[in-house]
Amino acid sequence: MIEPDPAFLSVHSVSKRFGGLLAVGDASFTVKEGSITGLIGPNGAGKTTLFAIVSGFEKPTTGRVLWRGEEITGRPPHRLAQDGIARTFQIVQPFAGLSVRENIAVGAFLRHRRRADALAMAEQVADRVGLAAELDKPAAALTVAGRKRVELAKALATQPKLLLLDEVLAGLNPSEVRDIVPVVRAIRDSGITVFMIEHVMQAVMNLCEAVHVLAQGRIIAGGTPAEVVRDPAVIEAYLGHGAATRLQASDDRRAGRPEGLNRPPEGSSHA
Amino acid sequence: MTARDVLPIALFAAVAAVLPLFVTQNTWLNFAVFTLIICLAAQGWNILGGYGGQYSFGHAAFFGTAAYVTAILQTRYGVNPYPAFVGGIAAASMIGAVIGFLSFRSGLRGSYFALVTLAFAEVFRVLANASEMTGGAAGILIKLDVRPANFQFDSRASFYWIALGLVTVALLVTRALERSRLGAQLVAVRENESAALALGVDALRVKLSAIALSAAITGAAGALYAQYFLYLDANIAYGTWISVEALLAPIIGGAGTVFGPVLGGVVLHGLSEFTKTLVGRIPGLDLVIFGVLLILVVRFPPREIPGLIRMWRGRR
Repeated sequence: MIEPDPAFLSVHSVSKRFGGLLAVGDASFTVKEGSITGLIGPNGAGKTTLFAIVSGFEKPTTGRVLWRGEEITGRPPHRLAQDGIARTFQIVQPFAGLSVRENIAVGAFLRHRRRADALAMAEQVADRVGLAAELDKPAAALTVAGRKRVELAKALATQPKLLLLDEVLAGLNPSEVRDIVPVVRAIRDSGITVFMIEHVMQAVMNLCEAVHVLAQGRIIAGGTPAEVVRDPAVIEAYLGHGAATRLQASDDRRAGRPEGLNRPPEGSSHA
Repeated sequence: MTARDVLPIALFAAVAAVLPLFVTQNTWLNFAVFTLIICLAAQGWNILGGYGGQYSFGHAAFFGTAAYVTAILQTRYGVNPYPAFVGGIAAASMIGAVIGFLSFRSGLRGSYFALVTLAFAEVFRVLANASEMTGGAAGILIKLDVRPANFQFDSRASFYWIALGLVTVALLVTRALERSRLGAQLVAVRENESAALALGVDALRVKLSAIALSAAITGAAGALYAQYFLYLDANIAYGTWISVEALLAPIIGGAGTVFGPVLGGVVLHGLSEFTKTLVGRIPGLDLVIFGVLLILVVRFPPREIPGLIRMWRGRR
């Protein structure tokens, strides 16, 4: 596990119960300032609920969220945005009737009272995420990839210190993923800490310095991406009970046969 | 606001202002003043309903409150009509903020919000009909005392210009809102409230500001109504007719646009007046035509007219 860093974001024993369903159970982890940290896990693991708790859209049943040493548990989302925590949504939420420029400007208005300043800020952000050519189009007219960029731009326009990205790469084709990965990296390089839920493992391996794994509402592993994908608990969470031993056994068998080393291991396409 | 933002409004005001020089018949001026009052009420609705997406069915609550406060301050407390007029607007705005606080804080949206506002207006109507303060079912008569210092004029044209002035101010306020942070946040709340929250928009505060402003403008219409007709009763002030007029005009003319309510108000009233003279006084026929128009507008929203034209051009 990563050392607790009280100076930035830390989540302490957070649980969330919806009636009889325990969506998140006793989850604790930290996000280091200046990092790109990932949150992965199988479908239904509770990742989005955890995000909703950190971004103020849900109150945890128990547990605390600390942001730069200050307790922010249950603080409403608009105040968290003012404090510097911005989020995107897994299902993109554009202001459909507005142009791309106006969409981004809504975010920019948080720190700019005057319309001219907000619009200038919107253009600047659009440039950073590669939307400069689409500024005057209605947001509803963009492709999925374009809407994901708008989602990103709106959040960036609030000038956050921590950016929560809920599956910005989901639904994109491989070339679109390749296009947006450097954008995320550039955001981090500009000084914004990124905490992302992601299913596209290629991107997680590529981008994240640290990864937390959530399965059935519990944090089951944490570390660098390379450590985490080798963790037996993680492999079992994704591929089912006993998968880790079976994989280990087949690896051992292959290790006995030299030519086997050149073949990709079974199951790697699922990971 | 730039000159380009203000120019169409100035142009409209200038053209409308010369009307009484050509139309001198009292019935026509009467019609024009009444239409302007409706336009003003509709502009108020447009702030909350058009820009904010919060469809109120009870703007009569604001119209009536301002009308009653203006009248009561004059008749019972001997206040000069001008400060009474301002008092009426302030009271409407306050009622708006209270209704807004009660309903928005509990997260009412869509049809639930519409029903709650309707209920408030109806409660006010029943209370006004029973209370001694408001003159009960007999209503309130403002004493006739025709002096400009008393906000009563010899010629209907003077009232026409005052009404037009208020409509113009409301147009300017709407345009300024469109260009402001509050306006952008209000539209964001209309389009997607949770996305707006995530971007730091305090949705409750934004909606409260909108309803207070909206109620003030519709209240101005109510206060003007009282001052023009000098008579009020509960069914006029708090009747559903004004709630319906206030929402029908912007929806037909284009909700969430600066000129929508004025366009809709003029079209609706022009049309009803036209059918009345054309087919005689068959009761309810103007409502049938309203209904048909409403169906057409819902099917082809005016906001989409530019888009429809582009599509049609593109197809050729």
